[in-house]
Amino acid sequence: MIKAILIFNNHGKPRLIRFYQYFAEDMQQQIIRETFHLVSKRDDNVCNFLEGGSLIGGSDYKLIYRHYATLYFVFCVDSSESELGILDLIQVFVETLDKCFENVCELDLIFHMDKVHYILQEVVMGGMVLETNMNEIVAQVELQNRMEKSEFVFISRM
Amino acid sequence: MSDVVEKTLTALPGLLLSLDSQPGAAKLCATSRLGSLVRSITELTSKNVGEEMAEPPAGPRSPKQMKEIMVRAIYCEMLGYEASFSYIHAIKLAQQGSVLEKRVGYLAVSLFLHESHDLLLLLVNTVLKDLQSTNLIEVCMALTVVSQIFPKDMIPAVLPLVEDKLTHSKEIIRRKAVLALYKFYLIAPNQVQHIHDKFRKALCDKDPGVMTASLHIYLKLIKVCLASNYKDLTDSFVTILKQVVGGKLPVDFNYHSVPAPWLQMQLLRILALLGKEDQRTSEMMYEVLDESLRRAEINHNITYAILYECLKTIYTIHPKSELLEKAAKCIGKFVLSPKINLKYLGLKALTYVVQQDPNLALQHQMTIIECLDHSDPIIKRETLELLYRITNGQNVSVIVEKMLDFLRLSKDEYTTIDLVGKVAELAEKYPFPCSVWFIQTMNAIFSIGGDVMQPDIPNNFLRLLAEGFDSDEEDRQLRLLAVDSYLSLLECDTSGLPQRFLQVISWVLGEFSFLKEGLEPADVVERLGKLLDDDAITTETRCWVLAAMSKLCGSSDALCKAEKVAHKYTSCLDTALRQQAVELELLGRDVDLRTRVLPQHGARNQLEVDSSLSFLDGFVSDALARGAAPYKPPHQRQEELSQEKILNFEPYGLSLPVSLSACSLTDRQSPTALSLSSSLSGNSADPPLKAGSNLLKLEGVKRVWGKQGYLPEKQATEEALAQEPSSIFAPSHQQACSESQQTTFSTIVEQDQEKRQLASSLFVGLGSQNAPCLVRTVAQNLSDSTSEAVPAVGNTEVVEASEVSSLSGGSGPLAQPSSQVERGLESDLPSRLPATLVGLLRSDVEELCSGESLSLSACKVFDADALVLAIFLSNISDSSIQEVSCLISSEQLKVPEMCSTFSVLSFYLNEFVLFSLFVCFSLCLNHLYSEGVAQCQGWEEHLNLGEASLYHSVSPPASCSCRPLPLTTEEYGKMWLSFSHDVKQNLMLLKHEEEDQLEAALTALKEKLCLHIVDVIGAEGIMACQLVSGRPCLLHCHTHGGMLAIWLRSPIADLPDCLLYHCQKAIQER
Repeated sequence: MIKAILIFNNHGKPRLIRFYQYFAEDMQQQIIRETFHLVSKRDDNVCNFLEGGSLIGGSDYKLIYRHYATLYFVFCVDSSESELGILDLIQVFVETLDKCFENVCELDLIFHMDKVHYILQEVVMGGMVLETNMNEIVAQVELQNRMEKSEFVFISRM
Repeated sequence: MSDVVEKTLTALPGLLLSLDSQPGAAKLCATSRLGSLVRSITELTSKNVGEEMAEPPAGPRSPKQMKEIMVRAIYCEMLGYEASFSYIHAIKLAQQGSVLEKRVGYLAVSLFLHESHDLLLLLVNTVLKDLQSTNLIEVCMALTVVSQIFPKDMIPAVLPLVEDKLTHSKEIIRRKAVLALYKFYLIAPNQVQHIHDKFRKALCDKDPGVMTASLHIYLKLIKVCLASNYKDLTDSFVTILKQVVGGKLPVDFNYHSVPAPWLQMQLLRILALLGKEDQRTSEMMYEVLDESLRRAEINHNITYAILYECLKTIYTIHPKSELLEKAAKCIGKFVLSPKINLKYLGLKALTYVVQQDPNLALQHQMTIIECLDHSDPIIKRETLELLYRITNGQNVSVIVEKMLDFLRLSKDEYTTIDLVGKVAELAEKYPFPCSVWFIQTMNAIFSIGGDVMQPDIPNNFLRLLAEGFDSDEEDRQLRLLAVDSYLSLLECDTSGLPQRFLQVISWVLGEFSFLKEGLEPADVVERLGKLLDDDAITTETRCWVLAAMSKLCGSSDALCKAEKVAHKYTSCLDTALRQQAVELELLGRDVDLRTRVLPQHGARNQLEVDSSLSFLDGFVSDALARGAAPYKPPHQRQEELSQEKILNFEPYGLSLPVSLSACSLTDRQSPTALSLSSSLSGNSADPPLKAGSNLLKLEGVKRVWGKQGYLPEKQATEEALAQEPSSIFAPSHQQACSESQQTTFSTIVEQDQEKRQLASSLFVGLGSQNAPCLVRTVAQNLSDSTSEAVPAVGNTEVVEASEVSSLSGGSGPLAQPSSQVERGLESDLPSRLPATLVGLLRSDVEELCSGESLSLSACKVFDADALVLAIFLSNISDSSIQEVSCLISSEQLKVPEMCSTFSVLSFYLNEFVLFSLFVCFSLCLNHLYSEGVAQCQGWEEHLNLGEASLYHSVSPPASCSCRPLPLTTEEYGKMWLSFSHDVKQNLMLLKHEEEDQLEAALTALKEKLCLHIVDVIGAEGIMACQLVSGRPCLLHCHTHGGMLAIWLRSPIADLPDCLLYHCQKAIQER
């Protein structure tokens, strides 16, 4: 199970937060802060796994993260997930974002937050990995986007 | 900045409200508002200006603009500003908008709300509507939201619709439906019990995506339920994996030219669970595992991910040497990889494997040493974990030293707690290097672990000191060492020491400082007194110090000093501390009392605590005679209070004022009784001694240093020491020496040699000679005890060689021997039940499995408060068996005092019953969820003939934990109203032709689940039952048109739910 997906930038500003288990609002913010604190002090040449965040679940849970330019992508998962598998899942997610936004950057995540959420919904559903095939994810998202456009045309005609 | 954002947020509800109030006002373009909001917020962070946000005064109206605002609200929530006012609008949007707005609405809902949020109720209807929609995307959205936030009690509403989606024509819908059902299974397993065969269909779905999704469910099912229920699927899983590995899937599923890697991992994990401890199943997968290992050659992350899963599977299932060899090579690939992620996983794999194959750690010792000095603390931590697993009596000091080094640098609280616990465990397990080392290590643990460590570490340590070991001289020395080291610690600055450590110090000094000759108690009192001057010290610690002082004031000098200190606290506000001080004064005056209450060596003698407070009986009976109400324990009072809160449906009678006065009397009564008891016994309520009683209670804590454990361990070390020269590492160590002689000039080599020395000290004694085998020792211990009971038997009579060969392979259920019938198993065995169990209801004696000479049978006896599993081990061969040992293990069931119930009933030569075991399971509520398994294993040992084992699992059905609850209809009515948790469901009655369906159903339930039928009125029937723990559950059944409506109520939250599941099963099986 994936417990939470956090994306924040190099200064710890959250860019996308998705919890699959309920935490109170202030707890969520604390988790984000502490995760940032843990992740940000690590160099780029150390491993991408972190264990035993006392906030989310203790020893059974680990943080798996990747650092891209200005953004940290952090997945908090339990022991039933494969570390390397999740690491590649983050890669798939980012590549998909890149395909959908054409050279994705931090600003895309800010101004199209809803779209990022839709893409994420096609990758992970309720904490379970739904789809790992990039083409399939993109196809699903595009299907929805087409609908958006057609509706837009429809409204503008009115 | 925050106040401005708050202003923005306060402007938002205005906008949202105006949406309702002013339709058709001037339209404003809302598209760029999220942008402007973001811009304003970011500007504010940089400039911190207090300008008012430019929000348009008249708000938007259309759902489209609403959608924009909702995205803004999501953004604000993400930044941590609560936007709860928008929740209801999110639900509205999901309800009313077009598809696009719905999408935002659903997204907002799933981000804002959680499982127990009240507003969720408003969403149910919308979700139901959308699940039935013809629009693909609407269905998808509904399924997503259902899987994300739906709570247990809303599942029945959507379940049928989601179930239908399993047969939808679009694969994406089917896949999402499967995942949604998986989520339901996680939340409420009982509610989706009936669709298990549909999961099987999903597994066979023509679309690989759906099949992948269904694997989530199977992984969970196999993990939670018994793997044996799913063994038949092994073949399918193996075939699927074979096809995937063989590249039979469409190319679309490839990721970096690896076919469906995530699917492969999932399958491997399932196979590991299935093949665990099962040779036959494991044999089916060897081939495909080999294939996976071979295929995973491309140097990419994802292939390593598969490899890692493959390794884990190979080491989990029944071992095959070829595969193990290959796997060991693969682990080498991981450990030696320059990529740090792989190294980490390699270490993890080694940690996992090393218990089975310590040689593997030897192979990679140099890498492990390097990892110890790695710059990444995570790698270091993992290495220490690995070392922890390979610790033995010879390398313990080096490993502990490394761990302490790490601890001194680490600041993470979680790591500290975890690692300190491990160090303490090691130190207690192997205190061998010397007592000084042990005390020093414990001191280090206390000062590093501080006040965050587990409280049982100091408790265990004190217990060890107090109880001592076999030799008195050693005990004395250990204690003396402790006293010495603490005295010298007290001389230095004590302000930095953690409270727990100070408590330990004061206890030890109080208890054992008399051992040190020439040490005046007055001296110790003075030093302890200095501790009290520190303001940072807590009251609890002060209590400990005072308690230590009261033990020390034997001489008048010490007494004088102690009283001076204590006097300060006699008027202290903290009651515990005050009591301690007053006690000290009192005990100081009365020497006789002191020696009686606090004898020297007091900790060694078991304190006898009269927990029933029987000495107060006279007092209580006096009070009762004077009209006081009887004492009620707190939980009972609590229960009564909560019952009072429930609406009273009966007319008020005269009883009310009486019960009220009784209540107040009890409340007034109990504290006096309690305080009296504490002052009389001087035991239960005073904190320093509380620690003592704590120590006494610590039974069941794993401690290898006990009275029994100490000696054998020691022998083992001596043996290992003797073997050391021949240990595997020795040659390479010599090599290292000679190498270093050749190249003394090179510093690198010196470093290398240092590492090698470190390696030699770390991996000493890790050869194959001491592979620990716990099971074996247990078996031997038991066999010792049985053989004592055996009258001296001569040499074993001739046992044919053929029997030996068949026995040695004889694990798992074997064919039932024909001789069994002749022996009249059924008739004879029950008579061997002990007298206490004879009259009770029991199941038939079933033979579980048998070998050539041993047979294992069991029956269940339903005792009033427990389920007793009587296990018979009988000799069915003609020859006599000399020794038999038996091991019973049970993971899910509690087996209390197994050894005491283990009784050798009879043992005769050539007699067929060897002995019987009675295992008493205390059944708990949990048992209803997961069917527990008890495994029993019998050995027989012949001289020179090796051993054979019988092995079988017994799982008592869940219904065994139910007992009928005899009630009258009136009692039932009262209870029914007072129970708060209920579940209702309609069950299909399969047999329509029956005349009296209700009768039949009730009888079936009665027989299967041990229910008591209270009454049958027309088409309604009421039944009652209780768990063995005495917790009741009431059932109400009603038949109409081939359906049986069952309504269950109980004071315990989950009980109705699981009982319903069992009812369902019972009705179906009928």
